[in-house]
Amino acid sequence: MSGYRLDKGGYIDRNTPLTFSFEGKQYSGFDGDTLASALIANGVSVIGRSFKYHRPRGILGAGLDEPNAIMQIESGPHTIPNLKATGIELYDGLQANPVNAWPSLAFDALSINSLLSRFIPAAFYYKTFMWPHWHVFEPTIRKAAGLGVSPNFPDPDRYEKRFVHCDVLVIGGGPAGLLAAQAASRSGARVIIVEYDPEWGGSLLNDPKEMDGTTSDTWIQKIVDELQEAPQTTVLNRTMAFGVYDHGLIGLVERVTDHLPVSSRSGVRQRIWKVRAAHTIIASGAMERPFVFPNNDRPGIMLASAGETYARRYAAAPGKRVVVVTNNDYGHYCAQSLQKMGVEIVAIADARLQKNTLLPGQIDLNNYPVFFGMTVTDTSGRHRVRSAQLHAIDDSGKAISGRSHNIDCDTILMSGGWSPVVHLFSQAGGKLVFDAKAQAFIPTSCEQNIVCVGAATGEYSLAKNLIDAAKAGSNAASKSGFKCGSMAVPSVEGSEASTVRAMWQVDVSAIGGSEQKAWVDFQNDVTASDVKLAIRENFQSVEHVKRYTTLGMASDQGKTSNVNGIGVMESVLKKPMAQVGTTKFRPPYDPTTIGAFAGRRVGENFAPLRALAAEQGHKEAGAKFDDYGGWKRPVCYLQGAETEAEAVQREAKAIRHGVGIFEASPLGKIEVFGPDAAKFLNRMYVNIMSTLKAGQCRYGIMLDENGVVFDDGVLGCLKENHFLVGTTSGKAAAIAEQFEEWLQCEWTDLDVVTDNVTSAWSIINVNGPNARDLLQKFDCTVDLSPDVFKHMQMREGRLAGVSCRIQRVSFSGELSYEVAIPWAYGASFWQALISEGAAFGVCPFGIEALMILRIEKGYLHVGSDTDGMTVPQDIGFGRILAKKKSDFVGRRSIMRPDAVRKNRRQFIGLENISDESPFRVGAHILPPGKVAPPAHTQGWVTSSVYSPNTGKPIALALVERGTERYGEEVQIWDLGESRRAKIVRPGVFDPEGRRLHV
Amino acid sequence: MKRYSALSLFREGLNDQKGWQAAWRNPEPKSEYEVIIIGGGGHGLATAYYLAKEHGITNVAVLEKAWIGGGNTGRNTTVIRSNYFFRESAEFYDFSVKLYEGLSKELNYNIMFSQRGMWNIAQDRHGLEMLRRAANAMGLNGVPAEFHTETEVRRRIPLLNDAPRFPILAGLLQSRGGTARHDAVAWGYARGADARGIDIIQNCEVTGFDIKNGQIQGVKTSKGNIKAKKVALAVAGHTSVLAELAGFRLPIISYALQACVSEPVKPVLDTVVMAMGTGVYISQSDKGELVFGGGIDHYPSYAQRGNLPVMEHTAAGIVDMFPQFSRMRFLRQWAGIVDVMYDSTPVVGKSPIDGMYLNCGWGTGGFKAIPAGGFCFAHTIAQDEPHHLVTPFNLKRFETGALIDEATGAGIAH
Amino acid sequence: MLQINCPYCGPRSEVEFRCGGESHIKRPGPPEDVSDAEWSEYLFFRKNPKGIHFERWLHRFGCGRWFNIARDTVSHEVLHEYAIDMPAPTIIEKTK
Repeated sequence: MSGYRLDKGGYIDRNTPLTFSFEGKQYSGFDGDTLASALIANGVSVIGRSFKYHRPRGILGAGLDEPNAIMQIESGPHTIPNLKATGIELYDGLQANPVNAWPSLAFDALSINSLLSRFIPAAFYYKTFMWPHWHVFEPTIRKAAGLGVSPNFPDPDRYEKRFVHCDVLVIGGGPAGLLAAQAASRSGARVIIVEYDPEWGGSLLNDPKEMDGTTSDTWIQKIVDELQEAPQTTVLNRTMAFGVYDHGLIGLVERVTDHLPVSSRSGVRQRIWKVRAAHTIIASGAMERPFVFPNNDRPGIMLASAGETYARRYAAAPGKRVVVVTNNDYGHYCAQSLQKMGVEIVAIADARLQKNTLLPGQIDLNNYPVFFGMTVTDTSGRHRVRSAQLHAIDDSGKAISGRSHNIDCDTILMSGGWSPVVHLFSQAGGKLVFDAKAQAFIPTSCEQNIVCVGAATGEYSLAKNLIDAAKAGSNAASKSGFKCGSMAVPSVEGSEASTVRAMWQVDVSAIGGSEQKAWVDFQNDVTASDVKLAIRENFQSVEHVKRYTTLGMASDQGKTSNVNGIGVMESVLKKPMAQVGTTKFRPPYDPTTIGAFAGRRVGENFAPLRALAAEQGHKEAGAKFDDYGGWKRPVCYLQGAETEAEAVQREAKAIRHGVGIFEASPLGKIEVFGPDAAKFLNRMYVNIMSTLKAGQCRYGIMLDENGVVFDDGVLGCLKENHFLVGTTSGKAAAIAEQFEEWLQCEWTDLDVVTDNVTSAWSIINVNGPNARDLLQKFDCTVDLSPDVFKHMQMREGRLAGVSCRIQRVSFSGELSYEVAIPWAYGASFWQALISEGAAFGVCPFGIEALMILRIEKGYLHVGSDTDGMTVPQDIGFGRILAKKKSDFVGRRSIMRPDAVRKNRRQFIGLENISDESPFRVGAHILPPGKVAPPAHTQGWVTSSVYSPNTGKPIALALVERGTERYGEEVQIWDLGESRRAKIVRPGVFDPEGRRLHV
Repeated sequence: MKRYSALSLFREGLNDQKGWQAAWRNPEPKSEYEVIIIGGGGHGLATAYYLAKEHGITNVAVLEKAWIGGGNTGRNTTVIRSNYFFRESAEFYDFSVKLYEGLSKELNYNIMFSQRGMWNIAQDRHGLEMLRRAANAMGLNGVPAEFHTETEVRRRIPLLNDAPRFPILAGLLQSRGGTARHDAVAWGYARGADARGIDIIQNCEVTGFDIKNGQIQGVKTSKGNIKAKKVALAVAGHTSVLAELAGFRLPIISYALQACVSEPVKPVLDTVVMAMGTGVYISQSDKGELVFGGGIDHYPSYAQRGNLPVMEHTAAGIVDMFPQFSRMRFLRQWAGIVDVMYDSTPVVGKSPIDGMYLNCGWGTGGFKAIPAGGFCFAHTIAQDEPHHLVTPFNLKRFETGALIDEATGAGIAH
Repeated sequence: MLQINCPYCGPRSEVEFRCGGESHIKRPGPPEDVSDAEWSEYLFFRKNPKGIHFERWLHRFGCGRWFNIARDTVSHEVLHEYAIDMPAPTIIEKTK
């Protein structure tokens, strides 16, 4: 218990106390706290256990770089695993729990791993657990892995997305970002500025300055007010840029309600913004690096900047006796700042020699001892650091034996230098170089219109950064065509860039220290010795080290560890940092909610169903609906207590004895016009279509260029040079698109226009022996009498005063009219058919009954009775092919050896000679006899039903050499069970087709 | 080669882990090899290993442009399965699963093959029929597979949404399928090959070929010219680039295949699920991350970058099938460059150049094929004649039309 | 996510388009004069370059028109848009 609340200061609202719980215990904090600051203010030191060794861990950082403070927030439907306490705004009633400790943080059973650590170094699992078998060990390993717990309930929240365009996007609301946004915004450009934090100001919140004679707080407020008032500018706090994608697309995620108490949340929880930005300015600042020394992971050891942030922003002192360890000037500033706030500084260890510092004279060396040329080489303490051991270090960074101090403390603040936040820049394809002065990877050029400003460039002089930021803002706006006036840049008290001594790892070899406890990656428990082990085993590429040790692969994605890891590699490989290089930066910058990516595409919206024209009528008739290719269509119409199967049988029987109606609106309808229309259709169909006369219809099939049967349907000729292409329901859009592709890209000489009118016309199919009688009840200008309107003909006219197109075509084998009328009239036409049809006992029927009727007739259903291997010869189109001389899509492909081989699977019928129940579609066909896998399959059942009109099960199939084998017995094999069948011609009902012509 | 075991780990523990050898050496290339394998991914390294082990050919170099295992081997969703429709595919991929089953012990390297089962879930009437057809094909091909009803699917995968947009109608379980640690496969083969004397040469980019009278003589590299009478390509998405250097073209298009993982959580999903209606492809890694297969960006690409549209689609599918994962978070997304052939079936065999061999076209399914791909490719190189398991995976099929297209037969692509 | 400049509608996002693959491929014919090998080249074999690719795109959820672009398959930079019936422009690749 060492952190505490300072009496004054901070951006917290002391008038609004909040209560929250951590590990079941109640605490209080203030509005404006983060969970992390509130825990520190309450003196909580141990907030988690490490991933592998279950070492007690405290808070290390104050931002998204935090590796240790991983929380399970809330419970039940609102729970979220793995949130970083440093990014959670405190709200009243918040419940937080640690993620990797059992039974409790104070006593964690798996902390035994810590004692075994020498036997389980990085990648140890590749070397063991092979005998007797991995499966023996895996469950235990899995249980030990993972951090939080997945939610167990559907997400109660909503998410949404926005797609916006802007001229300038500024990422980061610190001083550089704000000024860049202001410069761009004043030109009138469309500007968006985003900041992860709820507060604007970035580094100025930790380190207030006098700016233009006023406080930085006032300066920030003025700019934010101005930006908010600018009509073309969008100001988004609590918003993180998570990814930079191609062509200036940046993904943002806005946290809309996460900071509110669960009970007062409403509306959208998070919103993803897809921003297409002409120019992007990244002002994402820099992150401090920890030191890699033995036992650098004890609770109470924290980044120096985090210590300052907690004290300054949240009035939460990180500890009572603070040692600062640094290799740059910031450690000193931080110590001064803390001391001013009343925090006791016990000592500073600065790895540099005093003469190498640019340290300002204002450092009063009498305030606290400053040990130049020394650094921390070990620590003690169990649940909180209790002391720091300091050693002098030589020029190579090696601790010198004998010259040491032990200092009692409860807090060690580390300032190991700064790494610009280059993640987004690098995602955008920007190049990084290693800068010796900054001792960091800094951004250089990028092919996309993206620049970095502020500390993200590796430059830490605020005065200079402000000038550059204003310039960047103006540049971006003027490149987008806006006029920029000159920008006044505020004057700030200057601070010279500090020198940094590279200290990737404290070399403790001379003093008998152990690298096995010098952590590089805190969350994944990767130590300096792990990195060195990887290199010894020749995992020398930075990507190999990452993958072998898991360095940088935790939920912080290595924000505090990657550069130190590269530094450790440098020292072993004797290769400069630049050559070691970084691993790839991948989106998202910080983990991003899956539900937010899904947005509103959930539930029914995942794949919206299209409704039929007469949907209401179907409902009233008792329809049971299902999804057929994205259309919500009646399976059947249930009467009384009927099952689906019973209804389907009843309907299929009724059609053959009376009249039925079926809505066929999804059938594709593509009009093809123009002088070359017939020529074009000849090239699209396997059949000859140019001979079709006005008023005639023809059944045809289309292939893809690879020769595979792609679709079938009825082509109608409305008049010369004007055709109506009928497609199957699922293929309408695809075929319309293909027509255009051929016309626009290949046959540009053809004078043809196509128009997909599928959704302009609804179709009701009137089907059955009494179909004509029923239709004749309507006031229709089309003469339906059988001698003038024959099978496979079409007519245009008016029905009840509305234009109609009637095709006398049949998929049932009965007298059948497909009546198309404008979509808006489909519902009333259906109703009229129901009422007029009452006298005929009209039977509304669904898709499954239609399938029975067509299977009884042996009519092919493309996609069921054909697959991606079927060529026209397989389905009885050999004769038609022989007649056609000209080229068509796919023709050359069906001349290839595989298309003309003798043992192709052909479309045939099957008669069940075993029993009375239908075969299962998907059953395979083999010769009679014992089946001993691996066995050659001869084909499969493609359609199968019980036929109510012949009183037996019937099936269609694709079988090798099928048409040569009529009468032959085969075996139907389904999931290990066998039945017998005879190969027959497809079509068992009215094989002569008499009923079509009545 | 120092053997790995619990005992050696214990001994090294007492020795501060200081005694481990390099898993493979860093040799400089010799001026000539009997065989040069281009590409230090899973297929290239496995080929090298089997050349040495099965054929006694050890004068072999594996040339890797960057770091071994850095291409698709280290970028996939680690699923291993053999649920294939065609006899040709089933035999090959089932052989691959069998090799995987013994691989940790064979290589003395724990690749963590976790046979947690692989489910295909049918979500519409047609999908159900296709799934049954596939289940029967597997049965007849001698590949164990179980066909289960909705009730049983839900009992085994209780996390499934009660009311997804597309209903859950049935499931096909291949219980021997599962996942493995992808990097370990590359490293294990590398270590095994190196121990048998094969030179693995990283940071060595091939810049050209030396071809005389239609016969390969050697390769030009960033580390100088190297002679070999046999040169084998195993470079996945970059095959077209090398083929162009050698003067021929292939029926390949390279696409970026997107994938992503969530943050790690405690065990929640103990199997691999592929839902055919929503395109969801999900498993949980040993580390606890949920691993999601995304899909490809449908334009040619050599950029290993993440893209948004596929992620949005993937997320929507996840939330539809597993609504409780909505509040979890994506940790990382990336892409691999896959070499896609029209029928999504590979080519393993001879190229138009004498002495040059091809192992390519694995598309989105190369990882599961690594052991069998390497085994058969090694045979093909050693014998100058395709192994019988890969004879159908030839270039000739594009002329004859005898494509092996799993998607057309079973509705499940590779 | 790519942004593609439709010559007829202006710049739009990737999701509005469909890529039709390599452009300028001549369809051989008549069928009886084409060998299996030639047909196979036409159907399946592609340049698939790592670099500038001339390809055709359809503005599917827009004007419905096809057009050509020259695009770098590594950076995804679109260097040129041109009508579907225009020949491929000469583009000097940038030195990377």
